[in-house]
Amino acid sequence: MLKSKTFLKKTRAGGVMKIVREHYLRDDIGCGAPGCAACGGAHEGPALEPQPQDPASSVCPQPHYLLPDTNVLLHQIDVLEDPAIRNVIVLQTVLQEVRNRSAPVYKRIRDVTNNQEKHFYTFTNEHHRETYVEQEQGENANDRNDRAIRVAAKWYNEHLKKMSADNQLQVIFITNDRRNKEKAIEEGIPAFTCEEYVKSLTANPELIDRLACLSEEGNEIESGKIIFSEHLPLSKLQQGIKSGTYLQGTFRASRENYLEATVWIHGDNEENKEIILQGLKHLNRAVHEDIVAVELLPKSQWVAPSSVVLHDEGQNEEDVEKEEERERMLKTAVSEKMLKPTGRVVGIIKRNWRPYCGMLSKSDIKESRRHLFTPADKRIPRIRIETRQASTLEGRRIIVAIDGWPRNSRYPNGHFVRNLGDVGEKETETEVLLLEHDVPHQPFSQAVLSFLPKMPWSITEKDMKNREDLRHLCICSVDPPGCTDIDDALHCRELENGNLEVGVHIADVSHFIRPGNALDQESARRGTTVYLCEKRIDMVPELLSSNLCSLQCDVDRLAFSCIWEMNHNAEILKTKFTKSVINSKASLTYAEAQLRIDSANMNDDITTSLRGLNKLAKILKKRRIEKGALTLSSPEVRFHMDSETHDPIDLQTKELRETNSMVEEFMLLANISVAKKIHEEFSEHALLRKHPAPPPSNYEILVKAARSRNLEIKTDTAKSLAESLDQAESPTFPYLNTLLRILATRCMMQAVYFCSGMDNDFHHYGLASPIYTHFTSPIRRYADVIVHRLLAVAIGADCTYPELTDKHKLADICKNLNFRHKMAQYAQRASVAFHTQLFFKSKGIVSEEAYILFVRKNAIVVLIPKYGLEGTVFFEEKDKPNPQLIYDDEIPSLKIEDTVFHVFDKVKVKIMLDSSNLQHQKIRMSLVEPQIPGISIPTDTSNMDLNGPKKKKMKLGK
Amino acid sequence: MAGLELLSDQGYRVDGRRAGELRKIQARMGVFAQADGSAYIEQGNTKALAVVYGPHEIRGSRARALPDRALVNCQYSSATFSTGERKRRPHGDRKSCEMGLQLRQTFEAAILTQLHPRSQIDIYVLQADGGTYAACVNAATLAVLDAGIPMRDFVCACSAGFVDGTALADLSHVEEAAGGPQLALALLPASGQIALLEMDARLHEDHLERVLEAAAQAARDVHTLLDRVVRQHVREASILLGD
Repeated sequence: MLKSKTFLKKTRAGGVMKIVREHYLRDDIGCGAPGCAACGGAHEGPALEPQPQDPASSVCPQPHYLLPDTNVLLHQIDVLEDPAIRNVIVLQTVLQEVRNRSAPVYKRIRDVTNNQEKHFYTFTNEHHRETYVEQEQGENANDRNDRAIRVAAKWYNEHLKKMSADNQLQVIFITNDRRNKEKAIEEGIPAFTCEEYVKSLTANPELIDRLACLSEEGNEIESGKIIFSEHLPLSKLQQGIKSGTYLQGTFRASRENYLEATVWIHGDNEENKEIILQGLKHLNRAVHEDIVAVELLPKSQWVAPSSVVLHDEGQNEEDVEKEEERERMLKTAVSEKMLKPTGRVVGIIKRNWRPYCGMLSKSDIKESRRHLFTPADKRIPRIRIETRQASTLEGRRIIVAIDGWPRNSRYPNGHFVRNLGDVGEKETETEVLLLEHDVPHQPFSQAVLSFLPKMPWSITEKDMKNREDLRHLCICSVDPPGCTDIDDALHCRELENGNLEVGVHIADVSHFIRPGNALDQESARRGTTVYLCEKRIDMVPELLSSNLCSLQCDVDRLAFSCIWEMNHNAEILKTKFTKSVINSKASLTYAEAQLRIDSANMNDDITTSLRGLNKLAKILKKRRIEKGALTLSSPEVRFHMDSETHDPIDLQTKELRETNSMVEEFMLLANISVAKKIHEEFSEHALLRKHPAPPPSNYEILVKAARSRNLEIKTDTAKSLAESLDQAESPTFPYLNTLLRILATRCMMQAVYFCSGMDNDFHHYGLASPIYTHFTSPIRRYADVIVHRLLAVAIGADCTYPELTDKHKLADICKNLNFRHKMAQYAQRASVAFHTQLFFKSKGIVSEEAYILFVRKNAIVVLIPKYGLEGTVFFEEKDKPNPQLIYDDEIPSLKIEDTVFHVFDKVKVKIMLDSSNLQHQKIRMSLVEPQIPGISIPTDTSNMDLNGPKKKKMKLGK
Repeated sequence: MAGLELLSDQGYRVDGRRAGELRKIQARMGVFAQADGSAYIEQGNTKALAVVYGPHEIRGSRARALPDRALVNCQYSSATFSTGERKRRPHGDRKSCEMGLQLRQTFEAAILTQLHPRSQIDIYVLQADGGTYAACVNAATLAVLDAGIPMRDFVCACSAGFVDGTALADLSHVEEAAGGPQLALALLPASGQIALLEMDARLHEDHLERVLEAAAQAARDVHTLLDRVVRQHVREASILLGD
């Protein structure tokens, strides 16, 4: 059955190394066409259709399969993903090349291949006896692969001819390489370029827009002027990086200034961690998140990070000269010590392009097919795309992918991928922010749902094994109002020996989500539930999140309990973990619980239990703060939604009650106890959470700001920081303390999940705990599910599985979770921002008091406590005489004409919605008080109405 | 750059084999005249020579002689040119000693040592390139058979690894070097008894059974091949003897 042949491949790497590999060539690999007698059923998985009913192609009328080469797959994946394109043969050679060159495309093509409806077939041509091609003398790897692809295409055509003479099935070779195509036609293989083929699909004209424009003709219209210097080839870059002349790092464009970016240098050497790039030419076509190689400039050319806020608004190519002017503007005199290492991009090591959401800025010329696309993310440059549906796409959110960035083009070239919907509509905007933050939000697939328990569900004998029956205990849950995914419940009772028994009961999600199945994989991928203002994107299907796992009152629910025996001084005497069955007696809101505790005439079991908990929580909190735990603050707001339209009608800052802190205290305690237990049991692969101490330089801004108010903030330890924050009070300025805490929050590092075997610093800085993990919210965080499993194994209540004890797999999970959490947070913020806009849209123009948070070179950033809203007030506007600005970085302060602004100064600003830029509708703030002639706008409300529309008109004319 | 894909989605390994398929095996018995038994085996690019002397009287210190059974003495050495990087000396290093010890354990289990009390059987194995233990055992089995020493059964060995939830039989050097778990199994195929089982990587116990089954199946396949080689050899020998 197996025909084998041994080949010797010799390669030299480094020293003298002889590598001998065998290669078995087979004759049992199927061609993927059903009904083929020669290789009948020799393949499994998705296969081609016997009679492809492809959309009619004018260049190839008979039924056919497609066989794309590597570059087509890499660049035209958007076209191939379209449901109209089916019956494609993907060669192993092609797949391997794609795998080496672009991981995201490889993943996408695998997804397509697994989709039964698409009829993609992977042909293992490298192991096939008749299609294997040996590299010839003097032939490079690329040419060999091209030849291998052509050989396979030829083989296919002959093979299919043999199959049946009458139904002329053809395999069409798709390549964009002109030479390759010519050779193919010479060899008698029907070959077309991707463009030719897609254009011939008369039934699907919309596919043309999706074509990536890589063809040479794209260049001819542009001015021949070369703007950028050439990127060095990879081999030179690697040499340079090895010898230290170039540095490798991740390119991070600045959100505020499109002419500036930083590069985070990979590697451990502490110095030169971050390099500044300034100016279009030095950025040299790098796009946010690319891995680039940079060259350091001589010290004489070093610059300081500019504090100017600049947005790219130019429409056409001729702006290049203007850019230079602007660049000069950045380089203002700065003191020596502000200078940071500066460099320029010499080459791109890896592009990290993804499809971007944004809007079309329609070209001024009516018939033009080339338009600029403005991404929603300000760090991404504008992209030039070619489309014929500009008028339909105008005012809509669309997705565009970048194809390339030629040297003589100011903007990268791209192509249109998808239309999301009208701008400003809530669904579209939500979709945009979910896509932009890479939040998986598709409905759960059938495969995932099939692992849900069958309804009606009840607790069986089997479930009771290894479980303690705690249904008799007086357990209750305390949550925010309207919460449907209750994952924690509490109880407290006095024991006979006078001690207190306190229990934290967490929904037993790991009972329902079994390791390795589709449900588990999907929740691991999602990582966390994302809460947007009016929507919740669940991590687990609703049946679990709002029903079976939710610890509602008066029903039996499975739980994982952590039970302590404590004395009245809140010292833990004994800790016990067990799987259990509970029956919650009441689901309370924070307010209800507070009421019960406060009202003297209520003395039922639940209330006594709550009072006991509250008393202990206070002691615990005090002890925690003594140890140096930080209480930080961030302005959190909640929207009151209109129940009909779901439009925000009012917003309020979140209120904090004693009961909030009570629940929090016990959750912290449970998390810490569990962290200790699992680390004790699994020292190498416990999933923990750490919060690194921020480097001292992070605090600079806080210390400077406090000093301007004659306050001292000590930042050497968490405890001294906490204490000095507590003492930083000003009798005349009560809000100052909150402001300082907000600033302190900005100085902090991100807390992260990690695997205990891969790290040795476990400390949680913010909570001042030597060890910490997440255990208490398994319904909305996947980390907790893993921790539940670890704990279950540790107490012998559940069995282990291989991935659980693999620290590399665990580290991968942590990496994904950290990413998802960060993205969820950003998405949440974006959602709040969008709803704030909706709110101000309905509310009109308002004047509010605000405090200055930061001072920039040409602007101040202010916080409006009433709305928890942060915004920037610009002092330089186009078409207006620039006021005299003097910026002092040391204090920091900004002097405008005769008025000086310091951090924490109180100002009055006018808030309105700026719709001049549809893409980024933003809250616009302008100064009202203190009055500076020519800058601030009059407070007089009667004037304002006149002023508002006039201002708008002026901007539109611009 | 992405790492090496040991098992493709279509189920093919780097060298074109499927998960359960062995490399090509070629073997010959009676390659040396002066030894009592000898054999040569090729498993893919792994080549091993085994020679057997004995049973004969104990050489050297008589104190080593066992009262009730024969002493099996194994020595393993690999040619200095057999690996990618040239070795300093062919035998005597830690790895060779360990391999010798393992071979000895394997064959003490298989040879009917009690038939030859107070005597010694020497097995010398010479090895060349990759996938080592299994080839040595298979070569030694043939050599012992060639020497006419009574055995309970063939000893057939095969390695198995584990990649992405699939057990791979008969690992090649590339697959071994990728760093996954590797298990070596020596089996007495007729009875299904295990003469030696060795694994020094971490593998979750849930997977062990599958990997073990893959190795055992591969060992049974090896047995079929070795059996064919032995019969062929006997046929040739009998023709030469003129029977």
